[in-house]
Amino acid sequence: MILTKAQYDEIAQCLVSVPPTRQSLRKLKQRFPSQSQATLLSIFSQEYQKHIKRTHAKHHTSEAIESYYQRYLNGVVKNRAAPVLLDLANEVDYAPSLMARLILERFLQEHEETPPSKSVINSMLRDPSQIPDGVLANQVYQCIVNDCCYGPLVDCIKHAIGHEHEVLLRDMLLEKNLSFLDEDQLRAKGYDKTPDFILQVPVAVEGHIIHWIESKASFGDECSHHAYLHDQFWSYWNRFGPGLVIYWYGFIQELDCNRERGILLKACFPTNIVTLCHSMA
Amino acid sequence: MAAVLESLLREEVSVAAVVQWVARSTQGSKDNPGEAAALSSLRPLRKEFVPFLLNFLREQSSRVLPQGPPTPAKAPGASAVLPGRPGGPPRGSRGARSQLFPPTEALSTVAESPVARRGGRRRVPGPARERGGRSLEEGVSGESLPGAGSRRLRGSGSPSRPSLTVSDPPNLSNLEEFPPVGSVPPGPAGTKPSRRINPTPVSEERSLSKPKTCFTSPPISCVPSSQPSALDTCTWGLGLPPGCRSLQEEREMLKKERSKQLQQSPTPTCPTPELGSPLPSRSGGLTDEPADPARVSSRQRLELVALVYSSCIAENLVPNLFLELFFVFQLLTARRMVTAKDSDFELSRGALDSLETPLFQSIHDCVFFAVQVLECHFQVLSNLDKGTLKLLAENERLLCFSPALQGRLRAAYEGSVAKVFLVMPPSAQAVSFQPETDNRANFSSDRAFHTFKKQRDVFYEVLREWEDHHEEPGWDFEKGLGSRIRAMMGQLSAACSHSHFVRLFQKQLLQMCHSPGGAGGTVLGEAQDVLSMLGADKLGRLWRLQERLVTPQSSGGPCPPPTFPGCQGFFRDFILSASSFQFNQHLMDSLSLKIRELNGLALPQHEPSDEDGESDVDWQGERRQFAVVLLSLRLLAKFLGFVAFLPYRGPEPPPTGELQDSILALRSQVPPVLDVRTLLQQGLQARRAVLTVPWLVEFLSFADHVVPLLDYYRGIFTLLLHLHRSLVLSRENEGKMCFLNKLLLLAVLGWLFQIPTVPEDLFFLEEVPSDAFEMDTVAPEHGLDSVPVVDQQLLYTCCPYIGELRKLLALWVSGSSGRSGGFVRKITPTTTTSSLGAQPPQTSQGLQAQLAQAFFHNQPPSLRRTVEFVAERIGSNCVKHIKATLVADLVRQAESLLQEQLVTQGEEGGDPAQLLEILYSRLCPHGAQALVLGREFCQRKSPGAVRALLPEETPAAVLSSAENIAVGLATEKACAWLSANITALIRREVKTAVSRTLRAQGPEPAARGERRGCSRACEHHAPLPSHLISEIKDVLSLAVGPRDSDEGVSPEHLEQLIGQLGQTLQCRQFLCPPAEQHLAKCSVELASLLVADQIPILGPPAQHRLERGQARRLLHMLLSLWKEDFQGPVPLQLLLSPRNVGLLADTRPREWDLLLFLLRELVEKGLMGRMEIEACLGSLHQAQWPRGFAEELATLSNLFLAEPHLPEPQLRACELVQPNRGTVLAQS
Repeated sequence: MILTKAQYDEIAQCLVSVPPTRQSLRKLKQRFPSQSQATLLSIFSQEYQKHIKRTHAKHHTSEAIESYYQRYLNGVVKNRAAPVLLDLANEVDYAPSLMARLILERFLQEHEETPPSKSVINSMLRDPSQIPDGVLANQVYQCIVNDCCYGPLVDCIKHAIGHEHEVLLRDMLLEKNLSFLDEDQLRAKGYDKTPDFILQVPVAVEGHIIHWIESKASFGDECSHHAYLHDQFWSYWNRFGPGLVIYWYGFIQELDCNRERGILLKACFPTNIVTLCHSMA
Repeated sequence: MAAVLESLLREEVSVAAVVQWVARSTQGSKDNPGEAAALSSLRPLRKEFVPFLLNFLREQSSRVLPQGPPTPAKAPGASAVLPGRPGGPPRGSRGARSQLFPPTEALSTVAESPVARRGGRRRVPGPARERGGRSLEEGVSGESLPGAGSRRLRGSGSPSRPSLTVSDPPNLSNLEEFPPVGSVPPGPAGTKPSRRINPTPVSEERSLSKPKTCFTSPPISCVPSSQPSALDTCTWGLGLPPGCRSLQEEREMLKKERSKQLQQSPTPTCPTPELGSPLPSRSGGLTDEPADPARVSSRQRLELVALVYSSCIAENLVPNLFLELFFVFQLLTARRMVTAKDSDFELSRGALDSLETPLFQSIHDCVFFAVQVLECHFQVLSNLDKGTLKLLAENERLLCFSPALQGRLRAAYEGSVAKVFLVMPPSAQAVSFQPETDNRANFSSDRAFHTFKKQRDVFYEVLREWEDHHEEPGWDFEKGLGSRIRAMMGQLSAACSHSHFVRLFQKQLLQMCHSPGGAGGTVLGEAQDVLSMLGADKLGRLWRLQERLVTPQSSGGPCPPPTFPGCQGFFRDFILSASSFQFNQHLMDSLSLKIRELNGLALPQHEPSDEDGESDVDWQGERRQFAVVLLSLRLLAKFLGFVAFLPYRGPEPPPTGELQDSILALRSQVPPVLDVRTLLQQGLQARRAVLTVPWLVEFLSFADHVVPLLDYYRGIFTLLLHLHRSLVLSRENEGKMCFLNKLLLLAVLGWLFQIPTVPEDLFFLEEVPSDAFEMDTVAPEHGLDSVPVVDQQLLYTCCPYIGELRKLLALWVSGSSGRSGGFVRKITPTTTTSSLGAQPPQTSQGLQAQLAQAFFHNQPPSLRRTVEFVAERIGSNCVKHIKATLVADLVRQAESLLQEQLVTQGEEGGDPAQLLEILYSRLCPHGAQALVLGREFCQRKSPGAVRALLPEETPAAVLSSAENIAVGLATEKACAWLSANITALIRREVKTAVSRTLRAQGPEPAARGERRGCSRACEHHAPLPSHLISEIKDVLSLAVGPRDSDEGVSPEHLEQLIGQLGQTLQCRQFLCPPAEQHLAKCSVELASLLVADQIPILGPPAQHRLERGQARRLLHMLLSLWKEDFQGPVPLQLLLSPRNVGLLADTRPREWDLLLFLLRELVEKGLMGRMEIEACLGSLHQAQWPRGFAEELATLSNLFLAEPHLPEPQLRACELVQPNRGTVLAQS
């Protein structure tokens, strides 16, 4: 699903200040029926993350935390079965999972002697049963299952999606008889930067030489693409030459501007792959 | 000086005698004692003859080539100027060197200002030293116009060129600001201050008249006097008063004269448009003066001078062959003669001496002279590129003046294959990552490794940014990238990181800048072939098109200063911006090493006797290989010179006097960065000058002013001078050096001699040192010099300035007559050559090796290459093979030994270091097998490879010898490496394996559990794990709420979901451990919600609950998944966590039967132990519960516990069989 910048902007426009709930997603799907759900979810998630990055700091002032915590306490005193934490997060425009983490941290600070370590917090978020307070455990759990952009479950889904696409790509390469080294093999050899696959014999796609392929199970928007270029794609180019990036959920067409330079974007596995003819010479 | 020329013109001496007199330090012609006598009296002036001649010709032609400096060059030293030209200022002036040229860009532009023209016509450069300094600055910093160099007078170019427009035109008559050139520092003897002074007494009377410069020449019709006057003979040198005390006086008078001249008529010598000044529409507005052979004024005189001049060129008595050709081409394509003013005409009428009569009185004379000279140099011309030949052959003047020469040129053109074409630079390619040199093992610490990882990326980021922006106006390298580069260099703390970075830098440099335009590493575009092979065949066409569209970058006249064209500029600027001492040092080390390596490369030598068909192919390959090596060497040497001399260069003028002496004393202590003198000597001895000299010239071109004064480098220059003189093109047999090889050397040396930092006096060494160059007879029979390795493509790539000749001719055709020039500065007066000293001692080699050498001697060179190649590769493969087999086996043994140790010594396993030592002592002795295995491997593999690579028709005996040699060489190589390194290798590999095993023992035992894959028949169509997690999450979120009233799940959907979960767990294609963990947890959560009846069911509004039977069925499905399909741990104890049990508290009425059912099933299926459940139930009592709930819970516990026990031992066994089930928390 390759979108023009204009199309993308139209979608992004609809996502301003939308809470990351399943209801929001449903509405989005109704609004853009022609786009694939995965693409929409990916864009939604990225836009929401950008929004959170921008506003993250204001939720982390000690005043803000204190006020949230008091509101939480007051809320559960009134009705411990009500979605107090989730409503609070939606009201202040913050991700429910992150709100849960914030309140949990604050709670533990109050109830434990030593400040909680990050790993303890993470473990409790993954398994709220470990939270000593039953009410809070329920509230946290509710936040996590209702957040479609943050939280351990979402992280796991994203990770699984990434892994599945790598497997998919590997199958396609095998099917095309293209021999490759995968990330693990490269790491074992001591490569400092490892794309998903390095082709042992380069191929050409649409007239461009391809030495490596990176699979991205997300939508390629400007922000993430630039980050990837800086942290990954150019690094791969710097070591292995030109290559191919597959954004399985599409990308903004205008970003595919480094083809000549050696970074080709595709939204699917390329169909016309030219291989080196062995009958030559 | 003039006396000699005049004697010549009077035919008192022969041309041959003069040339011999000039060329040889010995007495002149033995045939004619009279001549010899005439010349011997002039002996002290011998070495000044050539500069005089060159200056004389330049001076004479100044009317013909009025715009800009008339001549590309003037020799320093004995000026040919007539009265009015002063001698030189004291030692140190570099005027001649700084001869100016109009920018090439101005070729087709508008008229120049009078001052500029004047400045150009007369040789009046700016302060020479300053510009000498600037030149390098410009070349170095890249701030100046590309290729413009310093040899242009600021303001002497066309005013239409904005960057050169000078608001305040320099006062060219100001002798202080613009000291006259032509001065030469005193020779070694330093005794002849007068020799650069025109000795003609400047009288007051004369100062009233115009000085007798060329524009005071008689009219064209005036027949020059052939009567020499005694007075004039005196004037021209013989009557020189010894000591010339009135030097200062004369100078004063000259000054006056000059300023007077300027005041009297601001444009006395400035031709008005009718005098041929260039007009904006030069191409159309002016008709060129036709040249007619019949109207040549003094044939004989011109012929004589042309002959002398040609002979000097042929004998390499002029410093720069191509500069002279450029000058001659300028004469050939001169457009109009500047007519002399009447007054000049009148005045000069009285002048009778033959030199005062202008040599060139008309365009006809110029063309005649040029053609005469060209006729003598047909051989050089015929070796120019095809394009130049075509333009020459099509030149109508040439046809008109010498149909014979034209005919020969045409024939040469038709037979020429010397097409020179541009290689377009492909966009940058990165240096590839090589695990052997780049992985963690090559770094001292993790930190260094990761720092370098980042640096590599920053380096390319900077490079890309440079590519994008460097052509934008106003973009500045330092401003744009400087701080980032320095920040990056600052991180390179460890010395080893520096060497890694330098290797990257150097490789990238070689990859990007092989050719002067910055073209890529391939010669003649090999990359192009690869691309078209890959189906992008349009690319080739595109390149050709590009080649036609992109005009070659102006190289800045025939003598451009050293520059960093194209992407070389990036590397230069990078070095400057980095300004890191460590980096520079490492870079120099690395460059030196690579230069040594490439310079010593055994380039296959083509044997002329090779007559079979393959030789053609080999030739091509050898030429290409040579070109790649040579271009790489030049590039590396250029950067080495740049970095090595960087600390000593600056814009300030070179020091003089005592300061200079102390600097010399200091600098002579410093060992050279690379022992270039020895390399040069070896190169000359081994007859590899064609490889060594071109890169040496690049290196030296960046030397600072002091360098040539150091004994060490002076020796090098002397060698080079002698080499230059020995490269007489017409003497084909003597040196056995191929013509184009010579031409290349002459071109690069000629260019070097024009570099401002190279002092002039080096070229005026009177006598040849005893150890000077001589073609020694003990040199190898077939040195590289005698192999035709240079072709026109390489010649023009190395010396793009030769292309200026073509431009000149092309301009003539196109009708615009701009010129750019160069300048001649130096003369090499030395003649004789002498030996290079001792021969290197014969290396002692084994008899076998000698036999092998002898074997190759009579075989085609490709055979040797093949054998060496095979041996090299097989040897290397052998080592890899040993690593993969023997060493890998030992590592496996080490692992099992380690396991044993761990078992016997318990979990702690003892001290790892001690463990390692035990392993080493057991395993390392096995390394001895490596040699045996290695030998076997080479024996097995080499013959086949040799056979595959050699021609089918190779005689059997030759083949088997070649095979045997390959086996021997490969074995030698492999065994040498193995015997030195095998123990270290085993230790290293074992160590990594052990630390890997020890690590794996630690934290993650679960991860090592064996996993089942999908079944064979699986087609991987199961739903993706991510999809399932997402679906289950939706159900969970619905159940937990909040939800809308119309939201819910159908029982069918739930059933389908659990069914899909089963499929996914069975097909493990896409399943990764974290996903499985989450699925397990979600399934437990789902079960808890089922038990608590918390899942909102879609259906009739009255009944939003799941039927009991349905719930049990779903729970059954889940139980079966937990039992059969999950391969990782399932956190079943979560079912009894306070939170999940608490869900029951919210349901009214509370129903416990599903929970009881579930607990029983868990025990039944052996998923959880009774005790475990008991413990969980027990801990539930500690939680706070709503009223009544605790009691109900206690009842449940009792109910569960009251049930008949399964025999304990059985349960235990069950737990033991599957220790992970139900006991492990899903923590991660």
